[in-house]
Amino acid sequence: MNTLFDKIWDAHIVTTVEDGPTQLYIDRLYCHEVTSPQAFAGLRNRGIKVLRPEKIYCMPDHNTPTHDQDQPIEDTVSRTQVDTLMKNAEDFGLTHYGMMHPKNGIIHVVGPERGLTLPGMTIVCGDSHTSTHGAMGAIAFGIGTSEVEMVLASQCILQDRPKTMRITVDGELSKGVTAKDVALYMMAKMSTSGATGYFVEYAGSVIRNLTMEGRLTLCNLSIEMGARGGMIAPDEITFEYIKGRENAPKGEDWEKALEYWKTLKSDEDAVFDTEIHFDAADIEPMITYGTNPGMGMGITHSIPTTDGMSEVTQTSFMKSLDYMGFQPGESLLGKTIDYVFLGACTNGRIEDFRAFAALVKGRKKAENVIAWLVPGSWMVDQQIREEGIDQVLEEAGFAIRQPGCSACLAMNDDKIPSGKYSVSTSNRNFEGRQGPGARTLLASPLVAAAAAVTGVITDPRELM
Amino acid sequence: MKAKFDILTSTCVPLPLENVDTDQIIPARFLKATTKEGFGENLFRDWRYDKQGNKIESFVLNDPTYGGKILVAGKNFGSGSSREHAAWAIAGYGFRVVVSSFFADIHKNNVLNNFVLPVVVSEPFLQELFDSIYANPKMEVEVNLPEQTIVNKATGKSESFEINAYKKHCLMNGLDDIDFLLTNKEKIEEWERTASR
Repeated sequence: MNTLFDKIWDAHIVTTVEDGPTQLYIDRLYCHEVTSPQAFAGLRNRGIKVLRPEKIYCMPDHNTPTHDQDQPIEDTVSRTQVDTLMKNAEDFGLTHYGMMHPKNGIIHVVGPERGLTLPGMTIVCGDSHTSTHGAMGAIAFGIGTSEVEMVLASQCILQDRPKTMRITVDGELSKGVTAKDVALYMMAKMSTSGATGYFVEYAGSVIRNLTMEGRLTLCNLSIEMGARGGMIAPDEITFEYIKGRENAPKGEDWEKALEYWKTLKSDEDAVFDTEIHFDAADIEPMITYGTNPGMGMGITHSIPTTDGMSEVTQTSFMKSLDYMGFQPGESLLGKTIDYVFLGACTNGRIEDFRAFAALVKGRKKAENVIAWLVPGSWMVDQQIREEGIDQVLEEAGFAIRQPGCSACLAMNDDKIPSGKYSVSTSNRNFEGRQGPGARTLLASPLVAAAAAVTGVITDPRELM
Repeated sequence: MKAKFDILTSTCVPLPLENVDTDQIIPARFLKATTKEGFGENLFRDWRYDKQGNKIESFVLNDPTYGGKILVAGKNFGSGSSREHAAWAIAGYGFRVVVSSFFADIHKNNVLNNFVLPVVVSEPFLQELFDSIYANPKMEVEVNLPEQTIVNKATGKSESFEINAYKKHCLMNGLDDIDFLLTNKEKIEEWERTASR
């Protein structure tokens, strides 16, 4: 009567501290340049080595510019951080995919596409969107830098066992509704703290019918409901995706792995601490109007009014709308926007580019819009070119930039100017997230594409 | 940053906003450092300073009326990014306790790992605490880790708070998790041998 989460968690318990946390063994640690330097410095201060270097993969992604990556980074502070990761990887004997390396990209895009993320694994990274990897049937969650240091030192982490939640979405998604919309819908229903303290398993016919990349998008956003992670039981779609990838098991090992992976699902009688159900028929293309990802709505809906809100909640709500320049009760359709960002660990995969390209094909980018299209990795970039998607995009007036996290958190030059509206396929619309004063509207690649060609917030179904 | 914690009595800084995310605690553009020092200067940077770098006088950290080692914030504090820089900023500024009715998971671990105590109180206790602070900014709160209690000294009301015994031991003795894990290497190797069979 175990859940999928229980099965993987229990298999990785090294020991349990009396009246305290579980010591959990970690199969894979991913390191990027922002949250790791102090952890490596910690090892040096303690005079210790990395315990299991072969289980750790490093790559810069947050600071990397999306142009001229063959040149040194102009921002010297960014350059130092990227160089520090390279030096740390070298000093401690870890695999490192540096800038311009054909395997470089956003760490949460690279892990699955290289077969480094596999079902049944425990995976951590100093990045909250590590939840992405749970889509492959793994326990994957974001950690702080002290915890990165823990894993470097011991290949283990001390964690309290989270509660379990199953979110079941049944029915069939209607036209123009993507995995991103499903996630934004859940967040709007559950708020950004609705799943705090939980590990989520997604189930139901909608989830089973999602492609692997759609599942990665959905699990990526688990943290935005407060969950430590989200996961999906691996099935034929998962196995098909993994087979033949660079680090996937081969030959006999594949057969053996497959046999094990097929056991990775919640038992029929498994009991979850919380069960939640949603109906696909209620979900339409979504867009956010506020400054946290839970402040989202169907694109044809209107911003809520403050009726019935407590004073404290109303204060935060109005602060948020003031920042966005919106009024309670108004519709966003037809509002002029300034920027479109396609990319990030949320929507920077090949399917996202295919969807965006399909909608803009035969149309032209609106003149008032600046569009940044940033592949999640060099592998995605290569696929874009092999499939001729670059031609379609160029004909419509779009250019493709070089891979990285880019305008999702604007640690490089890709900053949305103060006061400007950005329809973004990324994961967070916090104040200043895309640059000081930037106003972010989170949406799917289809909604972003519709805004990019019309210059205003548009229901993509009208163009499909 | 290792520091022992037992009983702290201090005035408070009130921040009655909900869903304060780690991007507000420390914006991404300040994450480029490779050490843990200096983040306190940029705590709540974009609420504290305008675009020209001038202090925004109305923001609580710039208001001399309020001060102390205890930050009191609205529910769902520390949501969003896993950046431990947010915890370094809070600790670096000089806070030793954050009080809220609800914390995001990763941030809660991060502050604990930096010897800052997150104290979860009930929503009514929190609202009354805000009222007490605004009524008298000099009023103090006592946070007692050994007893796991928090006392609003203006009203005399107290609540107990949760913390697991292991973390309490670490905090009271200035020990971190790595100190613990390094004494545990045999068990790690034993697990690896069992798993590979």
